[in-house]
Amino acid sequence: MAAGLRGSGDRPVETSPHVSDEVRRTTCYMCACRCGINVHLRDGKVRYIEGNRDHPVNRGVLCAKGSAGIMQHYSPARLSKPLLRTGERGSGQFREIEWEEALALAADWLGEVRRRDPKKLAFFTGRDQSQSLTSWWAQQYGTPNYAAHGGFCSVNMAAAGIYTFGGAFWEFGAVDWELTRLFLIFGVAEDHDSNPIKLGLSRLKERGVRTIAVNPVRTGYSAVADEWVAITPGTDGLFVLAIVHELIKAGQVDVDYLLRYTNAAWLVIDDQGAADHGLFARDGDGRPLVLDRTSGKVVAAGEAGVRPHLKGRAVLADGRGAVPVFELLARQYLDPGNSPEATASVTGVSAEQTRRIAAEIARAAFAEEVVIDQPWTDLNGERHDRMIGRPVSFHAMRGISAHSNGFQTCRALHLLQILIGSIDTPGGFRFEPPYPRPIAIQPRPHRKASEPGRPLSGPHLGFPEGPHDLLLEADGATPVRIDKAFSWDAPLAAHGLMHMVIANAHTRDPYGIDVLFLYMANMAWNSSMNTAGVMKMLADKDANGDYLIGKIIYSDAYDSEMVAYADLVLPDTTYLERHDCISLLDRPIGEPDSMADAIRWPVVTPDRDVRAFQSVLLDLGHRLALPGMTAEDGGPRYRDYADYIVRHERRPGIGPLAGWRGANGEKTGRGEPNPDQLSRYIEHGGFFEKAVPAEARYYRHANRAWQEWAVEHGLQERVVDNVFQLYLEPLRKFQLAAEGRIEPSPPPSHRARIARCFTPLPTWYPPFEGGADAGGEYPFHAITQRPAAMYHSWGSQNAWLRQIHGHSPLFVPSAICEAAGLKDDDWAWLTSAHGRIRVQVRRSEAVNAKTMWTWNAIGKRGGAWALAPDAPEVRRGFLLNHIISELLPAKGDGMRWSNSDPITGQAAWFDLRVRIEKAAAPDAVVLPQFAPRQSAVPPAPATVAYGGEWTS
Amino acid sequence: MDVVTSLPAPGQKRLGLVIDLDICVGCHACAVNCKEWNTGGHGAPLADIDAYGARPEGTWLNRIHTFEVTPKDAPAQIVHFPKSCLHCQDAPCVTVCPTGASYKRAEDGIVLVEEDRCIGCGLCAWACPYGAREMDPVARVMKKCTLCIDRIYNEHLPQIDRVPACVRTCPAHARHFGDLGDPDSEVSRKVAARGGYDLMPQAGTRPVNKYLPPRPKTRPDRPAPQLPQAEAGEATGFLGWLDRALERLG
Repeated sequence: MAAGLRGSGDRPVETSPHVSDEVRRTTCYMCACRCGINVHLRDGKVRYIEGNRDHPVNRGVLCAKGSAGIMQHYSPARLSKPLLRTGERGSGQFREIEWEEALALAADWLGEVRRRDPKKLAFFTGRDQSQSLTSWWAQQYGTPNYAAHGGFCSVNMAAAGIYTFGGAFWEFGAVDWELTRLFLIFGVAEDHDSNPIKLGLSRLKERGVRTIAVNPVRTGYSAVADEWVAITPGTDGLFVLAIVHELIKAGQVDVDYLLRYTNAAWLVIDDQGAADHGLFARDGDGRPLVLDRTSGKVVAAGEAGVRPHLKGRAVLADGRGAVPVFELLARQYLDPGNSPEATASVTGVSAEQTRRIAAEIARAAFAEEVVIDQPWTDLNGERHDRMIGRPVSFHAMRGISAHSNGFQTCRALHLLQILIGSIDTPGGFRFEPPYPRPIAIQPRPHRKASEPGRPLSGPHLGFPEGPHDLLLEADGATPVRIDKAFSWDAPLAAHGLMHMVIANAHTRDPYGIDVLFLYMANMAWNSSMNTAGVMKMLADKDANGDYLIGKIIYSDAYDSEMVAYADLVLPDTTYLERHDCISLLDRPIGEPDSMADAIRWPVVTPDRDVRAFQSVLLDLGHRLALPGMTAEDGGPRYRDYADYIVRHERRPGIGPLAGWRGANGEKTGRGEPNPDQLSRYIEHGGFFEKAVPAEARYYRHANRAWQEWAVEHGLQERVVDNVFQLYLEPLRKFQLAAEGRIEPSPPPSHRARIARCFTPLPTWYPPFEGGADAGGEYPFHAITQRPAAMYHSWGSQNAWLRQIHGHSPLFVPSAICEAAGLKDDDWAWLTSAHGRIRVQVRRSEAVNAKTMWTWNAIGKRGGAWALAPDAPEVRRGFLLNHIISELLPAKGDGMRWSNSDPITGQAAWFDLRVRIEKAAAPDAVVLPQFAPRQSAVPPAPATVAYGGEWTS
Repeated sequence: MDVVTSLPAPGQKRLGLVIDLDICVGCHACAVNCKEWNTGGHGAPLADIDAYGARPEGTWLNRIHTFEVTPKDAPAQIVHFPKSCLHCQDAPCVTVCPTGASYKRAEDGIVLVEEDRCIGCGLCAWACPYGAREMDPVARVMKKCTLCIDRIYNEHLPQIDRVPACVRTCPAHARHFGDLGDPDSEVSRKVAARGGYDLMPQAGTRPVNKYLPPRPKTRPDRPAPQLPQAEAGEATGFLGWLDRALERLG
């Protein structure tokens, strides 16, 4: 073993010490990136975690969070036994119970609701990476009330992308890092797609490619970008449309690309007052019509030999007029109101900077065209001898999507990418398998079961094509779902509205909830708007002394703030102790050149009486006799989650994992279950990857080789036409409904806002909160940035990460500090229309002049996470959430609108408007403070000195 | 009586790090991975006291400092600056050590602490102009970057992994390891190409580690590129360019 003592004279150093007894390769869960990790084990303990060099996501590197996995795994905040509440909700008083009692109790509560009225169960999961199981379970149970955290995260980005071109950023696609010539990154938290973005930025630096960061705050990725656009929050859409204005004015759009791959030439009916005004003109077979510029006739799009026009006025067979989408689009964006000059005062970006960036985009796209000599065939059968690329790429996430205008802003960004012809072309944005998946092959939302005890007929979440796909009661107005997703409040709520569940259940609008079942969702703290209010709602009682929200079941691995509000706590394992699948049926991890999926497996054995939530869910499913979870002999259909991963089939031959299917593991994507599948994953490093053939690597929206490969590998069931939707007809249908021209139509209260916001071409409107109040009582913006070294609330229990981010100052531009008389470390009241908090100030110039910011979710409630009651996270860490309401201020219209995007219901976190004043703080603590709750776990050790036993 | 430790005669091999400030995003991956490796490696453990309490404080061999720089005529910038022992050629921490615990290896230039000889007096930390040494709050001996001496020669690790943990893990590839005594090494060539510099040369410590400076940022008033065709000027009527674009497509 002592391979080498090396050193000068009398100073030998052991340079080849034993490292580990075994290396087990699995998948990280320190954030949502899902990197491959090598877990080194020594004496049965975790010695070291490093990135897996073979893994498609991180290629060997590992971020701070992943590298702190040891401290997460051995965290003193880990729960160790099922808990039954003994004190009042929120007190943290519990008694430990056995699993059998816990499961019998949960099955009793859930079974009673299912027999009586299944919708009275709200099952919402937070940062769940097993949504294909949890959604299926909820479907089998029969409640309409299921979703994960997308509604308060980034549904605008996902939904706008899927509706527009069948993809979006992050797991839907990636930048072509090897070929792009210009990269623009908008509003990205520093942990979103963390390692791939850092690897990519590094590659761009190596290649000498310019990066432009559009972000109110110049930290992280924006700090290393070549250029910073210090945009005002909520105005990104206007900035993007000003660029579009410049490009159209200069003719810098890819006309060939628009004709081939988009609906730019489709004719839009121009018949003011008609029920189909603004819809596409179609032939008897429903095919959209175009104006042929050779014959001047109106013909079906895609017919052989047609040369569609992009402007002009066509006369339809019935004598009515129609105009190509592109003409409408060009007229709209050429309007001087979209010019760089007109938008500068709102965006905070000078006309010169906007105009130059537009010119740089045009130059990179058209003067630096990238060509790959790879022949390919399109869906019309036309053979192309090469792949032409427009090497300008974009990435964006929550910064632009978490606004009440986020859907349209994301649409605007996608429109820009399409106009320059860069989507899935060399050097642009590239789809990652299984994408593209346009709404033609996406599900519609499904309503409640026909009767108690029956499953839903399909998945809860989906993509409505118009008002007829909404989930409304017979009155045409009352939402079916507790979160009001797919109602007039949020018609395209593709990820649900988890942030509204508790508030709606509390006011019984549209109805009350008997069992609230949550997984990994810290709703009593950083995952809710109006945190103090939500804590109260969870504990409020009715006149009879019963809790307004009947029963609360919660599963988490750690003693988070939410635990104290549960009646029954089901302790989960850590990520190193359980099976998981990173499934193509869920949020995939493919790279542009390969389809991929992965597993977690128990690389260490739990030393506590805990069970993986997914296995518990299957056990409950069996106890409740849910369809698909009970075997013919009456026993459980699946032994545990691992067994489900291997044997469950969503469709014949399609299961959670795509790799090594078939009796002998010889099949990919489609194939019968392989009992040996997990072993094959483990042998292969915990993941599966298959390369996409060269001919199928670009133009996938129209690439025959890709489509056939995707069908062959079970990624889709049929070849699908994916015409990019510059003009989004489903939105126009909602406008028609709001105009009262088609049924169902929204109640009068909703009509004006739907008419205004649901424009079929992307538009910008001011964010709702303070939109009309610029410069008024709340003149400034306040936002959060997610630090690279911390993931939501989970990191604070981590002995190492909390030394990096243990408290959260509010970073305030110096000019605002001067005006308010604030110096570094002074205390200030930060006040919104909803309330005020007291925080500590740090001056900064690297931020938009009207904006202040802080790190996200550093503040903690005393008594949670095994932290001391006087921890810096409690005394000097804060949540902006306290001053962000889940409801917008009353406007005198009798409504309290949700603080969300009106289209998707995405939580509008970053719309927040504030004012700031100096505060006295003799006690030097943030406010509000909450009475410390009782810890549900034993006190943490004072000292950590991990690894001492291995010192040689 | 122990005497002040002397430095070895300059060796040719000078192992060290080259850190690229142009791409460091300040993510702390290097610091945490360093801590994770080294708390179970050479000189382990790296203790944390009051780990879940009011004043958590632990030993780190590498820390990231963040500076905000505001040029007079350009927007403010943020620079992330990772800092660990620079393995100086004229290492004051070595010559000041009263027990000989601190020493610099002749064969590769790595500066180490022999913990059995360290009395925890802290003189070396005072002498180091970079503040790169940390007293372990439990062991009361001095801890410092070992350049992962238990990795870089470790025959139990695959060749490709015989680099410091911070280099292996850096997601932005901002850290490079090699022999800065060899002018032809990859790291030396990087330093030459990018104007790599010594941290605080005035301290006279002749550090082995080098930093690559951030490249100049684009100013908002950067001139616009010439567009390939000035079509806007030629347009007649509503999108005159569109007719010509369509004609070109045939």
